Amino acid sequence: MRILAIASVLALSFVGQAFAAGGGDTEPKHPEKQQWSWEGPFGTFDRQQLQRGYQVYKEVCAACHGARLLSFRNLAQPGGPEFTAAQAKALAAAVQVPALDDKGESIMRAGTVADRFPSPYPNDKAARAANNNALPPDLSVIVKARAHGIEGEGPDYIYSLITGYSEPPASFTVLEGLYYNEYFAGHQIGMPPPIASDGQVTWPDGNPPATKQQMAKDVVAFLTWAADPHMEARKQLGVKVFIFLVFLSIVLFFAYKRQWKDVDH
Amino acid sequence: MAHSADNANVTRRDFLLVASQTAAAVGGAIVLWPFIDQMNPAADTLALKEVEFDLAPVQPGQIVTIEWQKKPVFIRRRTPEEIKMAEDTVMGDLKDPQSDKDRVQKPEWLILVATCTHLGCIPSNLFKGEFGGWLCPCHGSHYDTSGRIRKGPAPKNLAVPPYQFISDTKVLIGAEPKAAAPAEHG
Amino acid sequence: MAHGNYSYQPKTAFTKWLDSRLPIIRLMDETMLQFPTPKNLNFWFTFGGILAFMLVVQIVSGIVLAMHYVPHETMAFDSVERIMRDVNYGWLIRYIHSNGASMFFIAVYIHIFRGLYYGSYKAPREVLWLLGIVIYLLMMATGFLGYTLPWGQMSFWGATVITNFFSSIDQIIPGVGSAITQWLWGSFAVDNTTLQRFFSLHYLLPFVIAGVVVLHIWALHIPGNNNPLGIDVKGPADTVPFHPYYTIKDLFALALFVLFFSYFVFFAPNFLGHADNYIPADRLVTPPHIVPEWYYLPLYAILRSVPDKLIGVVLMFGAIVVWAFLPWLDRSHVRSNKFRPMTRQLFYVLVAVIWILGMLGAQTPDGNFEFYFGLVLPISKLLLSQICTIYYFLHFLVITPIVSTMEKPLPVPESIATAVLAKNGAGSPAKANG
Repeated sequence: MRILAIASVLALSFVGQAFAAGGGDTEPKHPEKQQWSWEGPFGTFDRQQLQRGYQVYKEVCAACHGARLLSFRNLAQPGGPEFTAAQAKALAAAVQVPALDDKGESIMRAGTVADRFPSPYPNDKAARAANNNALPPDLSVIVKARAHGIEGEGPDYIYSLITGYSEPPASFTVLEGLYYNEYFAGHQIGMPPPIASDGQVTWPDGNPPATKQQMAKDVVAFLTWAADPHMEARKQLGVKVFIFLVFLSIVLFFAYKRQWKDVDH
Repeated sequence: MAHSADNANVTRRDFLLVASQTAAAVGGAIVLWPFIDQMNPAADTLALKEVEFDLAPVQPGQIVTIEWQKKPVFIRRRTPEEIKMAEDTVMGDLKDPQSDKDRVQKPEWLILVATCTHLGCIPSNLFKGEFGGWLCPCHGSHYDTSGRIRKGPAPKNLAVPPYQFISDTKVLIGAEPKAAAPAEHG
Repeated sequence: MAHGNYSYQPKTAFTKWLDSRLPIIRLMDETMLQFPTPKNLNFWFTFGGILAFMLVVQIVSGIVLAMHYVPHETMAFDSVERIMRDVNYGWLIRYIHSNGASMFFIAVYIHIFRGLYYGSYKAPREVLWLLGIVIYLLMMATGFLGYTLPWGQMSFWGATVITNFFSSIDQIIPGVGSAITQWLWGSFAVDNTTLQRFFSLHYLLPFVIAGVVVLHIWALHIPGNNNPLGIDVKGPADTVPFHPYYTIKDLFALALFVLFFSYFVFFAPNFLGHADNYIPADRLVTPPHIVPEWYYLPLYAILRSVPDKLIGVVLMFGAIVVWAFLPWLDRSHVRSNKFRPMTRQLFYVLVAVIWILGMLGAQTPDGNFEFYFGLVLPISKLLLSQICTIYYFLHFLVITPIVSTMEKPLPVPESIATAVLAKNGAGSPAKANG
């Protein structure tokens, strides 16, 4: 009984204000399956894509969403965007992080590679106050937190969500401060369409045009890496382990057969 | 064990057993490595290998203590008198002979690991000791203005950490010094 | 010991000296090397060895994780992520431990059902069987405690739901259940106090399991292993020494098992878990579907099959306890289902019913039952879970005693050796119907 009571309180936080006044089915629409470069046992990330994705995160998402489990040094480590050490240092210095001065007072200073990504709000209460009581979740592991299935529908879900805003049907009343999105449970989400127009982000030369779909794909790739920075190492080691274990199983099989050859069993 | 009169069978079984034992041993060693390596410093610890320090606010004669790799480090802006005392020392007077030139990159800046080489206490900044440097309050080791041991039980001079001047006023402690400018050719 | 003439003979001066002071080499030699083991064991019997391996894997990986994990609610989630990101090979050790728990349970269920099928629970192995149930209960407790440690949404809410079981005692003696629940929590709800003690207990219980495993293996070695024919060992012609015959067979089986394990660790490390556990615990937001880990699902379905909280809890625990009575509920003098065709069919039905209960446990409790391939069957989940729960208890308490008394078993071979010879010899094999 208590859980049912808490579940209705859940609706407040989940949907932003209250249950949808609109009628009809509010089950989330199944995300569209996308092709991602990292799928499968030999999948890898596209470095350029991750670098573009970081830029999209920084310029579009970081205004409201933190990623506190990431450090700037991660941007230069193998298996990720692989910025150079100098680039990572510059990217860190371009961001202000909280610190204490010599008198023990809170200040903001330029980041170093050892720093974590700063959150846009000092705490959850401030975040809610600034966002109509909705809490923009931290994005560090969001892709894993929305995943179902072997490769996870996480990336597909995030992509469908941020590109899937649409006009509500006539029978559906969207509450004040919320936006209609069929991919979100309840169909009303507190986040406005984050990638609203082509060219929202300006990429360096040599990159594909910054269409909405491209920016969405790139930020999803970045977030997938952010949630699982050792994915490439994991799969590469997995392939080696598999080959070794298959070899070991074959050898052990023949040893077993040999051992039992002369025994009735 | 079942016997086999056939030599070839014995050899093949031996080979198989040897092959499987070797494969299992190799596999075991490979599996063991991550469990050993996880105890080595993690990536976030290694990220603090180097620490940047701004020298501009430090006054002549002032000693600042900062933390580097979880250890205390002295940064001392030496006065001309202190530099002269350090450079004029006779090597024979030193328990651990080392010239001052080998212990500083710029004579004005003395950077040392603030751990007494006797038993690990932090030498005092307040009491300079008989040689103008530091006095370790634990067992009375006296260091001079180059951080060299002059009197007391410590066996070695205060250690000099690797550091690099990234500008005239900024030093990166923990980074190896840049290679010296190539010698002028005649 | 069970059968055959064998004993350790120390050969060197050192081994003789040690043997007269602490016969540990004798113990290892007689129980693990020379031990006469029925020669007809099939691969279903390799899972005991696999379980011992998995216990070691979980303990070693767990101790290593404990070097980095912080059992405080403000740091638990982040410390796990630090292990995943910054600790050398931390991601590997964490995934070994989390997927290892699932592998441990897959192996234990195969091991238990093998025992059920071949009558390994019957006299004189009743105590062995009961010790096994104790190990299983300890494993369930350990798994539950461990799952709370990452302090994700499922960790927190799963802990809340399970600890709330005890408050159902209020329906018998008002106040006692809530007092027990609060005592478990150490607070007014699941919070940091609970997390810290759960960490301590999670570290402790595997060593208790190891102790009970020692008793379990000791109890096994008195009568010796059961075998697929279910008949007693008559003499040395029926057995082979454990080493090298079963050491090599167990190693081969283990290699295949580790291959299966590795698939999850390296290519689907989060498949067996729940995505919501990557959301940091929030006591003000309940996840839409609270689901335990897969190995609890059939019991979860039984719990939810009745609207009354106390009866649900009693039935859930009863579903495990009922296995303890099996040696006495099963009246047949024949052990193995190989010679008990009716019991064999009932075995398959039981497995199917438990599987369906597992599927029900994973689904939300409302609506009609969702079968595979998107098929929705015209029966409500609630009704189906009630039918399955009733059948489950009937199987043990009613059907087994009746069928075991009334069934006419097939003729049982004279000995393992004669059965094996008949199978391998010239002419048609005298195998019982498979």
